[in-house]
Amino acid sequence: MSEKKLCIIATKGTLDWAYPPFILSSTAAALGYDVTIFFTFYGLQLLKKNLTLKVSPLGNPGMPMPMGMDKWFPVIGTAIPGMEAMMTSMMKSKMKSKGVASVEDLRDLCIEAEVRLIGCQMTIDLFDMNEKDFIDEIELGGAATYFEYAGQSDINLYI
Amino acid sequence: MSDYDQELDARGLNCPLPILRAKKALNGMAAGEVLKIISTDPGSVKDFEAFASQTGNELLESTEDGNEFYFMMKKS
Repeated sequence: MSEKKLCIIATKGTLDWAYPPFILSSTAAALGYDVTIFFTFYGLQLLKKNLTLKVSPLGNPGMPMPMGMDKWFPVIGTAIPGMEAMMTSMMKSKMKSKGVASVEDLRDLCIEAEVRLIGCQMTIDLFDMNEKDFIDEIELGGAATYFEYAGQSDINLYI
Repeated sequence: MSDYDQELDARGLNCPLPILRAKKALNGMAAGEVLKIISTDPGSVKDFEAFASQTGNELLESTEDGNEFYFMMKKS
């Protein structure tokens, strides 16, 4: 079977949106794909050594909330201080109880499966990020680097 | 259930962990050997079919007993 290739652009830095790129990449690698993820803008948060990802109900009417909170809280209720921390901890405990892997675990599985992780150099410069804050397994590159892999890929996803 | 060479208990794990654990177990096995997988994730039924068709490993059996799912995967 000839090796297929998958290339993903990861642009989001929240706990919920950390899942699609790492789930799809680890699974694709298990299916024999050669996988590359290009992390840009907020997606760079997914490459930090210490992940402090959060999930926010703010501006997200599709998010199911416990105890019917989405019904009796007006939209502005989702902006209450502490709401983000509460929803993040509830999401994490729910995931654990349902046997969903942590983002850290899925990322480790991707690294183990030799998924190529490329951080966007421009984003790092733009936000004055410190390269030491990122895991060692990443390479840095720009738009041309992305196309080097994207151009040869069977599947390209923007997440 | 027919014979198997190795067993993987993936109970309690959700997508995509059963597939990833199975792949890892198969990596350590010889061609022709059979891996038995036990899962509680209903999505794994369809996913193990898809895994087999894409990797060339053969899904010999896929059965269900209450809330548990059993698979026999033969390494290609």
